[in-house]
Formats: sequence, structure tokens, C-alpha cells
Amino acid sequence: MTVYDLTLAELRAKLDKRELSAVEVTKTYLDRIAATNPALNTFITICNETALAEAQAADQAIAEGKAQALTGLPIAAKDIFNTAGLRTTCASRILDNYVSPYDATAIARIKEQKAVIIGKLNMDEFAMGSSNENSAFGPVRNPWNQDLVPGGSSGGSAASVAARQAVAALGTDTGGSIRQPASHCSVVGLKPTYGRVSRYGVIAYASSLDQVGPVTRDVRDCALMLQAIAGYDPADSTSVNTPVADYQSNLTGNLKGLKIGLPKEYFIEGLDDDVRKAVEQAAEKYRELGAEIIEVSLPHTSYAVACYYLIATAEASSNLARYDGVRYGLRAENAENLVDMYMQTRAAGFGSEVKRRIMLGTYALSSGYYDAYYLKAQKVRTLIRQDFLNAFETVDALLTPVAPTPAFALGEKVNDPLQMYLSDIYTIPVNLAGTCAMSLPCGFSTDERPIGLQLIGKPFDEATLLRTAHAYEQATEWHKRKTEF
Amino acid sequence: MSQSYETVIGLEVHVQLTTNTKIFCGCSKDFGQTPNSQTCPVCLGLPGALPVLNQQVVELAIKTGLATNCQIAPRSIFARKNYFYPDLPKGYQISQFELPICEHGWLDIDLENGERKRIGITRAHMEEDAGKLIHGDTPQTAGNSLVDLNRACTPLLEIVSEPDMRSADEAIDYLKKLHQIVVYLGVCDGNLEEGSFRCDANVSVRPYDQEEFGTRAEVKNINSFRFIKQAIEYEVERQIDLIEGGGKVVQETRLFDSDTGMTRSMRGKEDAHDYRYFPDPDLVPLVISPEWIEKVRATLPELPEVKRGRFVEELGMSDYDAGVLASDRALADYFDACVALGSDAKSCANWIMGEILRKLKETDTEITDVPITPELLTGLLARIADNTISGKIAKTVFEKMWQNGQSADQIIDAEGLKQVTDSGAIEALVDEVVAANPDQVAEYLGGKDKLIGFFVGKVMQASQGKANPGMVNQLLKKKLTGN
Ligand SMILES: [Zn+2]
Repeated sequence: MTVYDLTLAELRAKLDKRELSAVEVTKTYLDRIAATNPALNTFITICNETALAEAQAADQAIAEGKAQALTGLPIAAKDIFNTAGLRTTCASRILDNYVSPYDATAIARIKEQKAVIIGKLNMDEFAMGSSNENSAFGPVRNPWNQDLVPGGSSGGSAASVAARQAVAALGTDTGGSIRQPASHCSVVGLKPTYGRVSRYGVIAYASSLDQVGPVTRDVRDCALMLQAIAGYDPADSTSVNTPVADYQSNLTGNLKGLKIGLPKEYFIEGLDDDVRKAVEQAAEKYRELGAEIIEVSLPHTSYAVACYYLIATAEASSNLARYDGVRYGLRAENAENLVDMYMQTRAAGFGSEVKRRIMLGTYALSSGYYDAYYLKAQKVRTLIRQDFLNAFETVDALLTPVAPTPAFALGEKVNDPLQMYLSDIYTIPVNLAGTCAMSLPCGFSTDERPIGLQLIGKPFDEATLLRTAHAYEQATEWHKRKTEF
Repeated sequence: MSQSYETVIGLEVHVQLTTNTKIFCGCSKDFGQTPNSQTCPVCLGLPGALPVLNQQVVELAIKTGLATNCQIAPRSIFARKNYFYPDLPKGYQISQFELPICEHGWLDIDLENGERKRIGITRAHMEEDAGKLIHGDTPQTAGNSLVDLNRACTPLLEIVSEPDMRSADEAIDYLKKLHQIVVYLGVCDGNLEEGSFRCDANVSVRPYDQEEFGTRAEVKNINSFRFIKQAIEYEVERQIDLIEGGGKVVQETRLFDSDTGMTRSMRGKEDAHDYRYFPDPDLVPLVISPEWIEKVRATLPELPEVKRGRFVEELGMSDYDAGVLASDRALADYFDACVALGSDAKSCANWIMGEILRKLKETDTEITDVPITPELLTGLLARIADNTISGKIAKTVFEKMWQNGQSADQIIDAEGLKQVTDSGAIEALVDEVVAANPDQVAEYLGGKDKLIGFFVGKVMQASQGKANPGMVNQLLKKKLTGN
């Protein structure tokens, strides 16, 4: 078994036993990235120099007996995270060559543990997309089949972990942006409860929905990563000051008495047969493992996508106003006046999906339309959240598909935004409700495309969510399948 | 012609709050620093940075709300006001829109005819200030606009009145009252020129028999009370002329030009902004408990109006004197300190409003830096009261105290200024003066009573001002009339 096939937990053990050094591990990964990135286009920035320096510092810490869970482990971050001294582009031309002066809190927390930042990952521009085709740096390819999309917007995060270019990655999830690519790339992805992980330093797409989370090889690694980044941050007013459980020690494999709900609104027309089969088999597996499976209803599900595209775009239209060419990033040359500079800069700097969403959001907030769109959407959002809270009165977790289909072909939905938006139909309601959910491998389609299972947990109960996921993973082999890549 | 129109004025005042740090980040709000040196990712609007509300701002807002009779909202929210401008780093200003922290307040003003009038305060809300644009003045920067974000994200409280004022004078009365309160509370330094207390006036006119308001113009950029009056009066006249000439007032923003005393259109209706306000998802709703409000209420100082009433009722002062002393918190504190030390309120007030204020003005000193402490002034007043010195000598002592900070007793001793009350010594001087001025004596005896002043002056001069004036008067009369 090669170094890059090891999980985070396995590598940790080898580093602690000095069977490997952080520098050796980092070099292996840098070589692997150099060899595979041209085909996959997962990385926007590869940290050749800084990663080795960080690995040396990690080895020093290990030698001094100061190793923590992530010390010396090569981790990649979606290029939406501010990283001090590193280029931070959000996959947009408007931030091409923008070097951030500060670290996002999530980055600072893994750096505190002396993790090695191995690179910055490709994504959909400003996290807007479900296929990673909306990047100013070109699409990411799915390591299971390079004709397929990896999903989005954290496509680089999922593909890099699946292709073993990083031991784990950080992503963000606004409407499914961690879970959907994790599903398409057969890796584990977790979207924590809104407020669980600080958003400080994460370039905002839709502030009331964005949440940071890990993408990993398996559930244990996911628990370790979440442990490192979770917890209250006074720099983010929306982060919640509530205790963080010891996630790893919760991975007991015990599902006794656990009640899992199957929301009937999620198993409807449009759901791919292979996906349906895989998810139903997973439910069956849970039954075998001792969980009780109960059908539940989330009656407002069908309004979720519309609701999301009003709220997310409204917030985005305001969040992206700061990219005006005045202080940083791209500025159009030869503008005739101030307004011309704004228009030329933003016309040249933003891609078409970003422009589409800015326009949609601006419209939703406009005087005369606000009540009918934005305000109405907020009311629907409250109902959707209530659906989940009601369901959690009777069940401990929900089991659903992550996406209606396995990964689709590059270019397949590029010209059909509505079809593209529907690929997040099962993930979006979770962001609107603000609760936690994860995606884990649960099978492959007849044509060998990965399929993911979504588990949705109670707000701030990531511990139960991880335990539920871990028990399934222990009983199945899906997570052990590796890409030929 | 203008007699047939009524003026309607509403005011929006931006009060810059005296916190140590900015409203949504930890940067210092020191002014006059190198451009962009008082900044961080938050106030620069860098990607990914998030605001965190400064609790001190909330307390100052509650304080102001309570002092202006507002209701403090148990739950209020911040909203984004979206517009593009180079001094606005995020492309939106964080303000409050639908649920402001303070609502439904009022202030009473005293009209010239002696009546009181209540001016409603619609709301007061917290918001962040923008940065500043500077025009490049070096060879490298000429022709460019430069952005200084030191002021960006500094805390403001915008206080919006009802359109309750009916003349420029009423508007000024309201503003001065509000100004006095925020300075009294210490929530604002009150400097109009430097923009710590900024006023925009919404002005409209309507025929007296018309119920609905006329179309209003918003006048901005007025940085003194005098200019506010000038701007409103100009604007009223302009609108009436316009209507009389068959024209229509357009709703617009106008800038006041203090050089010409006129207002001019800033932007027309065609590019009126749609600010697309919506609740800021980066900030959670602000919840203020009744306990918090009471805690802040307990820190409120005695407000000018209450103070003035106390001066009149408890110290028997005239309305006018009480008003002057209560107008400035530091001055009133000084006065209160003197009275507490035993000064007679009436003479103390006279000295403060006379000598002290004159001297402060002459030397450009603030009352807080006055070299004559309440202890020193009280000591001086005591020596006048017990006839150790005359009121006239007291002024000499006062000057010396101002210069060297010594006590009245020290100065009186050192300079030998003690009043002469020895009747023998005074009589000797009287004799000398009477003997030296026989003509005047004859005139006085002939009925020119006013000449007594001449004799008193001569005797006082001879005593170098130290003779007790009452005794001089008495002895002179006795000597001249022979009884
Ligand atoms: Zn700052």
C-alpha cells in the first residue's frame, strides 16, 4: 500500500510511530499532485514551497512530542478560504492573483494543529454551481471517469480526496456543495449545522446558508477533521457557542434504538433507478444493523429549490458588491469614469453563472418585488425548517439520496441552468433548515458511477450523525473502492 | 406672499459616537492618522471578513434613546443598504431599517412666545460610517481620487425627527437641544465642523389651507447651526418662488453651499437609489433585556432641563441664569461643585457667568481646564462675603489666582490686599481728600449730591482700593455734612 492510499487516521499512527515523516508524506503528495493535476485540474494553487516548510515544522513538533490530530497531514482547501500569503481566487477572474493578508478561522485552526496546507482547490466560481464547470480556471474532472463532472461547487475538494491528492480537504456547502460532489466522487462529505464552524475568512456566497465542512476518505477521518474546525468563534456573530462533542469516541458502531426516517417526498419521479436502488439497499442495511426505519413527511420539500434560489441569490448580489475594482482584485483599465469602471470590471471579472445569480438576487430584493420574492422565500424557509424539526420529533436521523442522479457528463447541463439547479434538490432543504447532513458512499450505478447516501441529523448533533454514518461504513465496502486514477 | 405658505421641516441628525473602537471591528477610531492605517480586513471589506457588533455602541444608543424619550426595542436588526461608491468598501452600508433600536421619542423646545412645543423623534438607529475620498495633490496622484478608510465602519447614530418643525428657528432650537443632550451624555463630542454632529434637513412648504405635505427636498452638507438656518431659509424661499412661478418642487437631494448661501441639486430623480435593504445575514438580531436598559438608565446624568429646574427651585436662581449654567454639563458641574463647597449660589453664578466665562473666552480655555478650581473660587467668594476684600479688589485677586493658582488668602496676604476697616485710618484719608478739594466741597454742599462719587473715588484711590467702600461712604457723608 502506498503512502497516499492511507487514511488520515492511518497516517497519523505512522507519523506518531515515526515510520514516516511529515516531509516524506508531503513530498509524496506533491509528486502525486504534479503527476495527476494536469488531467484532473483539481488544484488552482499548489503549495510546493510552503507545504514543505510546514511539514518540517510539523516534524519538529512531532519530535518534541507535541503532535495533535492533524499535525503533519497534507490537507487541501477549497480556494474560497482566505489563506495568509497565498493566492485566494474563489475561482474567479475578479480575484485572480489576489493574495490574502489573513487566514480564515478554519484554516487557522488546522494550522494551529500544524497540518500542512498542500494547495488551494478548484471550485465553481464563488461556489455557484453543481458541476465545477463554472470555474475561471477550467472544469475539474471526475477521477472515476474523466468525462464526468465531479459535482460542485466543492468539486476540487471531492475529486482531490478521491484521487488521493490530499488526505483530506476543506469545502463549503451552501446548497449541497460538499455533499453532492462527495457523492459523485465516492468520498465522505459533511455539512455541519449552521453556526457549528466559523465562516470568518470564508468568501461569502450566501451568508445565511454557507457552512464549512470536511471532505474525507472515511467517516473516522471526517470526525477528526470536524473536531479540528468546529466550535464557537467570536469573529463570526453567527457561530454558535454550544459544546463540541468528542466525535471520534462517538463512533461506537452501536445503532440500537436508532430511528431513521425516509422522507417520502424524496423518493419521487426524477429519481434515477440506480440511485433509488442503492439508497433503498442502504436503508435495508440499517434495518439489519438494528435501526428502525420509519417513513416520514417533509411536506414543503417541493418549494425548497425556488426558495433557495431567491435567498441565496439575494444575499449573493449584496455579498459580491465589494468586487468593484476599487481596492483589490481586477480593475478594468481605460474606464471613462467611475460607473464605467464598475461596469467594465464586473463584466470582465465575473463568469456568466455569477452574473445570472447577481441579477436574480438584485431583482428579488428590488423595491416592489421584495415582499413577493425575498420575504415570501423567508417565510417558506421557516416552514421548511419546521418540517425538519417536526420529523426529528419522531426520528434521530433522515436517510435520503444526495442527488437525483449519479455524476453527469461534462457539458451535459451547462446550457440548462434549471436542470442543473435540480441536481441539488435533496441537499438544498438541509441548508435552508440550517441542520447538519453528510454524504457517504453507498454504491455504484450499472455504468460504474458513484452513488452517495445522505444522512441528515438534528441541529448540532453531528455526533449522532457521524455514529450513524460510521456504523454503515463499517458494515459495507463502498468506501474502500478506489479510483483507478 | 410667503405669508400664505407654511414651512414643514424634519431633521436627520448623524451623531458620531464616542467609542474607543469602530462599530464592527476592533480598529481604533483615532482621527488624523495616516490614511488607511486604522483598518483591518473587516473595515476594508476584504473577502471573507465578517462584522461583530461593538457592545459599547449599543449602550450609547440606548443612553441617547432614553434621554430623548424613545422606546428601546427589545429586538432590533441590522440591515444592508446596498449602493456602490468608492468610499463604501463592501458595496453596502450596515444600518438598521425595519427594526431600529429606538423609536417613538420626543424633545420639547421653548418657542419665542414662551410656549413649549413637542417635536417627535421617529427613530434612532445605529449604522457604520463610510470612508473618505481625497483628491490627489502630488505629481503622482494629481487627477485621481484616493480612498481613506480610517473613518469607514466608525459608529453613527442617526436620529430622525418627525416633520414637526414649522420654521428655521424651531429647527435650530430642536437641534441645539439635541446637541446639548448628546454632549451632556458624553455619547458625542458635538463638533459640527468636523462632522461629529451632522444634519440633513427635509424641507417642504404648503399653503396654509392644505393638509397634505408639499414635496420635500433634502438639504445636505450643512456644518454649523448658522448654516442650517441659512440653508432652510434659502430652501423655503426657493420652493415658494418655484410654486408661485407655476413650477413644481421636485423630490431631490440638494447640497448647501456655505459660500453662496444657496442650495443646489445634487442628484435628480432619474438616478434615485433603490437601496435594496434586507436584514444582514452576518449579524444576529440584537436582543436588549429590560435589565440591560435599566443598567444603562442608571448611568444617565442629570439632563439639562432637569438641572435647570433644580437651579431655579432649589437655589432660587433666575430662569435665565439657570439656563446659562445648565446649558453646558462641565459648567454646571463646576457650579454644583462650588455650591457644594459652600459658595453662595447667586454670587457664585454671577462670578461664573461674568469673570470665569470672560476669562475662558479670552484665553481660549475649556471649563474643564480652568485654573481656578471650585475650591479656589469658593475661597475667594468667602473673603468677599466676610468683607476681607471688596468686590473690586476681588477682581485683582481673581486675575492673580488665574495666573498662579494660589488661594485667595495666600494672595491677599502676600499682596497686602486686606480691606481697611479701621475707621481712624479711613477718617484720616477722608480728611485729606476733603481738605484738598475745597471747590468740590462747596459744590456738594450747594446741592450737587452726585459729587459723593468723586470723593469716594479719591479716598479709595488714596487707600489703593483697600478701604471698605461702605465705610468710606459713611464717613465722607458725615465729614461733609458735619453730622
Ligand atoms: Zn477595522
